[in-house]
Amino acid sequence: MRGPHDIGGLEAGPVDTAPHDMTFWEKQIDALNMLLGAKGIRRTDENRRYIEMLGHDAYNTLSYYERWTASMSRLLIDKDYITQDEIDAKIADLTTRLGEDMKT
Amino acid sequence: MSGAAALHPGARVLVREDYPPGHFRTPVYVRGRTGVITRKIGDFRNPETLALGRDGLPLKALFEVKFKQKDLWPDYAGAEEDALLIDLYEHWLSTVKND
Repeated sequence: MRGPHDIGGLEAGPVDTAPHDMTFWEKQIDALNMLLGAKGIRRTDENRRYIEMLGHDAYNTLSYYERWTASMSRLLIDKDYITQDEIDAKIADLTTRLGEDMKT
Repeated sequence: MSGAAALHPGARVLVREDYPPGHFRTPVYVRGRTGVITRKIGDFRNPETLALGRDGLPLKALFEVKFKQKDLWPDYAGAEEDALLIDLYEHWLSTVKND
């Protein structure tokens, strides 16, 4: 009934309002998201729909930009720009080149 | 009176109580609640169909609607006149008679 994002009025505890820097990969994801928008490949509302479709467990486990990453990769698969096999192959390649640290 | 023409500032409106799948800009806490239109903000592409990759047309009117906090939260302990202003699209609203 209620999407994972639609939490107005629910108990949430204290909000962390401390400013924090974005990591390099978060900036990359932000840039990629902007680029997909500029090229007309995805709209902001589509991104929101995909993020809300993650479900409660994933939504509440992933960080903000991890949600964006999950949303974008699924959207690009659904629209036939990339395949899951290509993503898996790239991850395997990076894991081999950069080592086991990648996995954590 | 019904339909979009009945939606104007001062009109008392009921928010549709519906929980469809998809992307919506109407939070759960106002669904099924009654408020008053304070102003029309404009006509915009429909985010619900934009979210499906379509063009979002026809344009939908977006209204600012005022709710008493006491009408939204059963245990609200603040002042009687405390209110929430929220933007809602026309297709979530229907007019209701004034009390």
